[in-house]
Amino acid sequence: MNFLCQKCNKQKAAVHIMDTFPEKRERHLCEDCAEQEGVIYKKSDETTNELLQEFLSQQKTSTSKKVTVEDAVCDECGTTIRDFQAKGQLGCPHCYHSLRRVIMPLIQRAHEGADQHVGKVPVRADEQVRKQTDLLRLRRELKDAVDQENYELAARLRDEIQSLESA
Amino acid sequence: MNLDQLSTGTGEWLSNQGPDSDVVISSRIRLARNVAGYPFLSTTGDTERMELYRTLEEAVSDLIRDDEAFVVDVDDADEIDRQLMVERHLISRQHATGDGSRGVAIWNDERRAIMMNEEDHLRIQVLRSGLQLEHLWNDIDEFDNRLSKVLDFAYDQQLGFLTACPTNVGTGIRVSVMVHLPALKLTQELDRVIRAARDMRLAVRGMFGEGTDAAGDLYQISNQTTLGKSEAEVIEQFDQDIIPKVVDYERAARGSLTKRHLHQLDDRIFRAYGILANARTIGTEESLALLSHLRMGVHTERFNGIDFQTLSDLFLHVQPAHLQKTASRPLDGAARSIARSALLRERLS
Ligand SMILES: [Zn+2]
Ligand SMILES: [Zn+2]
Repeated sequence: MNFLCQKCNKQKAAVHIMDTFPEKRERHLCEDCAEQEGVIYKKSDETTNELLQEFLSQQKTSTSKKVTVEDAVCDECGTTIRDFQAKGQLGCPHCYHSLRRVIMPLIQRAHEGADQHVGKVPVRADEQVRKQTDLLRLRRELKDAVDQENYELAARLRDEIQSLESA
Repeated sequence: MNLDQLSTGTGEWLSNQGPDSDVVISSRIRLARNVAGYPFLSTTGDTERMELYRTLEEAVSDLIRDDEAFVVDVDDADEIDRQLMVERHLISRQHATGDGSRGVAIWNDERRAIMMNEEDHLRIQVLRSGLQLEHLWNDIDEFDNRLSKVLDFAYDQQLGFLTACPTNVGTGIRVSVMVHLPALKLTQELDRVIRAARDMRLAVRGMFGEGTDAAGDLYQISNQTTLGKSEAEVIEQFDQDIIPKVVDYERAARGSLTKRHLHQLDDRIFRAYGILANARTIGTEESLALLSHLRMGVHTERFNGIDFQTLSDLFLHVQPAHLQKTASRPLDGAARSIARSALLRERLS
């Protein structure tokens, strides 16, 4: 028998519930409506893996890229995008830099478009050390940006480097 | 203190003492932290993982004052003890079933726990009854500061705290509030909660039950966004917005049940009592579903045959590992159902 969902009257009913409150009655809902009512639970809205899969398939269809994302590998720990895809976890903190081109759009998708931390800064900031590593990172990024002829990003990085050096 | 001693009591978070505890069972904040200079756990070998565990255990142990907490080597712990810690919300299911060097530091009052070598090197959690996120934040913030004086955390100016999974990067904060929504479930108005939460990009999950139904009508509301919002902003979403709304919805639903469907409501509550006090064999999910109705009965003042302490105790002690811990031996499913019914009869008579 094929019921239509009693709530939206659009989709096929997939969940059949016997309510007993306030009196007994049977109801037939589609999965979406059942989930909305809290009758069933899908695992989670969007898992990282789904985001990543989707992103990878988009990358494959764009032919302008010289290096495909699958080739990206972390020069610190050897983690590849495939590894990340399989485990759902990065290999080391440096992966955020070396796999940046793949990870950043993913991060933005997962965090309502955000790409800048605005929360707590660790207390033992060890300003000097941190500044140095940040400068190293920024200079590396600047070089990449210039190599890729991404001048908008390069300009932004130059500003960041200057402000950090004078801080 | 050890797990055996812990298992006989009930954590503060289940005590019904906190603000809005008629609806809000407990609040929890977790912070994900990784130590700079080590890879994430997906790429550490056994030796490196062990070395990392030693480093973490030492740093955490140094911060424990006068026996206020104890460390459990989770890799060494037997299966019942691991499950027991999951049931008490001290470790994640993943931490219990994973493998390799890993552990947890547990504060005696169970308000604080630190998982070591979980998905991230450290998962610090604070847990308390009712809605008390500001207290919790002050507590975890202070402890995180103490830890960061002895451990260098992987941190980046743009991306904040670096975590194994990019979904936690930034603040690494996960705020979760557990709410009890039996009336909204009965009146089929849970969609109001789920929609309000989704609009704010918050996740709603049933606490028990394997994906089909939320046994015990307990739901957990958590943030998903950890980048681009400060810790205070995330907490405010809960404190000022979603939780007050959910509390209002549930109270209104309870009010309308007592006004419009009093007989059916009483019937639910007293049938629950009847079964719990008389069953000779009963499963976890059924027990939780019925205890949920008793809890609603107590809070709507329709039922006074049980005190809060007993009720909280039962929510915890009807669960599989707790039953086996009480029995001091492993019990199969059928034996557990019998032991569970005996416990319920004893406590409800
Ligand atoms: Zn529908
Ligand atoms: Zn790496």
